[in-house]
Amino acid sequence: MADTKTKKGKADRPAPHDFPSSPETPPQDPAWEQEGKPDLTPEERMQGLPQEKLRRMMRDMLLGRRFEEKAAEAYAVAKIGGFCHLYIGQEAVAVGGIHTLRDGDYVMTAYREHVHALQMGAHPNAVMAELYGRKDGMSGGKGGSMHMFSKEHNYLGGHGIVGGQIPLALGVAWKIKYRGEDRVMQVYLGEAAVNQGAFHESLNMAALWKLPLVVIVENNRFGMGTAWERASSLYDISQKASAYAMPSAVADGMDVLDVYRVVKPAVDRARSGGGPTLIEARTYRFVGHSMSDPVSGVYRTKEEVEEEKLNDPIRIYANFLAEQGILSQEELEKMDEEVKAISEAAAEFADKSPEPSPEELYRDVYANEDVAGRLFFDGRN
Amino acid sequence: MAVITYRDALNQALVEEMERDPDVFLMGEEVGVYNGAYKVSKGLLDRFGDMRVVDTPITELGFAGLGIGAAMVGLRPVIEFMTWNFSMLAMDQVWNSAAKLLSMSAGQFKIPVTFRGPNGAALQLAAQHSQALEAVYAHFPGLKIVTPGTPADAKGLLKASIRDDDPVCFFEGEMLYNIKGEVPEDEDFVIPLGVADLKREGSDVSIITHGKMINLVLQAAQQLEKEGISADVLDLRTLRPLDVDAILRTVAKTNRVVLVEEGWPYSGITATIAAIIQEEAFDHLDAPVLRVTQADVPMPYAKGLERLAKPSVELILEKVNRVLYR
Repeated sequence: MADTKTKKGKADRPAPHDFPSSPETPPQDPAWEQEGKPDLTPEERMQGLPQEKLRRMMRDMLLGRRFEEKAAEAYAVAKIGGFCHLYIGQEAVAVGGIHTLRDGDYVMTAYREHVHALQMGAHPNAVMAELYGRKDGMSGGKGGSMHMFSKEHNYLGGHGIVGGQIPLALGVAWKIKYRGEDRVMQVYLGEAAVNQGAFHESLNMAALWKLPLVVIVENNRFGMGTAWERASSLYDISQKASAYAMPSAVADGMDVLDVYRVVKPAVDRARSGGGPTLIEARTYRFVGHSMSDPVSGVYRTKEEVEEEKLNDPIRIYANFLAEQGILSQEELEKMDEEVKAISEAAAEFADKSPEPSPEELYRDVYANEDVAGRLFFDGRN
Repeated sequence: MAVITYRDALNQALVEEMERDPDVFLMGEEVGVYNGAYKVSKGLLDRFGDMRVVDTPITELGFAGLGIGAAMVGLRPVIEFMTWNFSMLAMDQVWNSAAKLLSMSAGQFKIPVTFRGPNGAALQLAAQHSQALEAVYAHFPGLKIVTPGTPADAKGLLKASIRDDDPVCFFEGEMLYNIKGEVPEDEDFVIPLGVADLKREGSDVSIITHGKMINLVLQAAQQLEKEGISADVLDLRTLRPLDVDAILRTVAKTNRVVLVEEGWPYSGITATIAAIIQEEAFDHLDAPVLRVTQADVPMPYAKGLERLAKPSVELILEKVNRVLYR
């Protein structure tokens, strides 16, 4: 992260609890203020990636942003209900991370998942229709924002309980090893999940059995409204890997190319039998935890959010591509119009998609519908 | 038919299903090198190797979730909880993931995982190691609940569970591993889930139960016979799917019902069965439905208190006499 950051904006936050004051264990600075990113030339940053791919990353981040802006509008007029966790500000992580994968690889994440679903190839119409709770949604309207799945795209979901998806991802990695497949499992989680037992149990087994798992922690600094330094005794998440003799790395989660640079070797290592890697991508969400949470005011200041927005991953990357002569301002605007139209069309599609029919209520609770009569005994029969 | 133990019946089922389907593997604490804490997996490591019989660290949540994730992408894991008491560490995985992934994904991801292990009280293990937990798991739609009470049922139902495309919670009776019974050797001996078994025919009273309690109920029925009372003994065998038709049939036949379960009465299985009977068969009843359960207390260690807390033949006889107005 940029080293120009000041402490401004954090004045109103409660102070971290008392850290040990002995000289051997000095209080640590929050990890995101440490140096982690090497100084690279533009050529090194591009890592020899073809221009087509570099432009595609831009387009994918932009689609994620515009799609979610559209979703926020729809939520405001109650077309989308329930919890809706937006990814605005964090797009570089999913886009950079998933661009390192090949066909056949798997992705699983938590509840802030719309961009991951899109990135894995789910159609924006199906993602939006799921947000609307409609029949044509990815989960037929039964999953909603937090539970989207696409078997066709090896997108293993959207999981709603903090940390709950990590053991599942371990199982997918186990399957890859069990069958000797040439695949990789990538699991995304928020930094708050790192304090869950599920994280530690899974990382231990993944390392013990050298499973092809890449664990990507999206450190947006807040578990709902609790700042990381108020929740963790150790700020530097990448250090936690040492407890499992596992390699780890830190990525600038506001820089899509840095995410790619850090994740790619981990994916390659997993694929070649080298076992799991823990990656911390330091990012920031520009919006509230969910739509019910104000952007700022309660647990962070407006100034802090505004300051972080100077690091907007989309603007940074657009500027970089323009400087390198890969994407002009004009082309960017055209791209933006295109993804806005896709998002608009998705909302129109979702609006027109029918509600799930009443017969859907009892469908897909069990795989074998023949026994349904004996399974659903609720006095309504 | 060979007479073998409940333990060996389970072992046979595992061997046969692992031979039949390379996607089946067994994972849990001590299942491999140690040959299983209760020796159900004896010999499997030697036979199938350490990718298919996998010793785990003590991490119930982690390896239960692993089983679910592996099932999501096509394997058919059998996850052993050393006892169901320890499964509570993994509840989020079983309840929130295994039970719901098919529904939440609109049918895209089937979860053919079997969770199995000993359940219920043994002898003087005290509160944390003596719990019958099937009612807790039965609460969740999406899970199938299996409770075999005899060696033959153990084998046939475990094979069915492993072949089933839904997550199955398979509750073995911790005190049953050494009981013996006739067990078919046919490798296609599979007992379909959702079919209750009338273990004894009678006409005066219906005693409905499941799991380990069937052995207690059969003892009680023998005793009743000596007193001239003929009991229809229905073993539900599986709690989801539930054989409601078989329940209604026996109620219509005898008009008097005693329900027996090893677990607690509050929100228990028998509470649900009693509700079903009064909703569906009220006109057939000649007496209120009565229940025998564990006392509504954590299981005490002291021998005398433990005996008092558990269901007993005496309690069953007492309730049967009451529904017969004797």
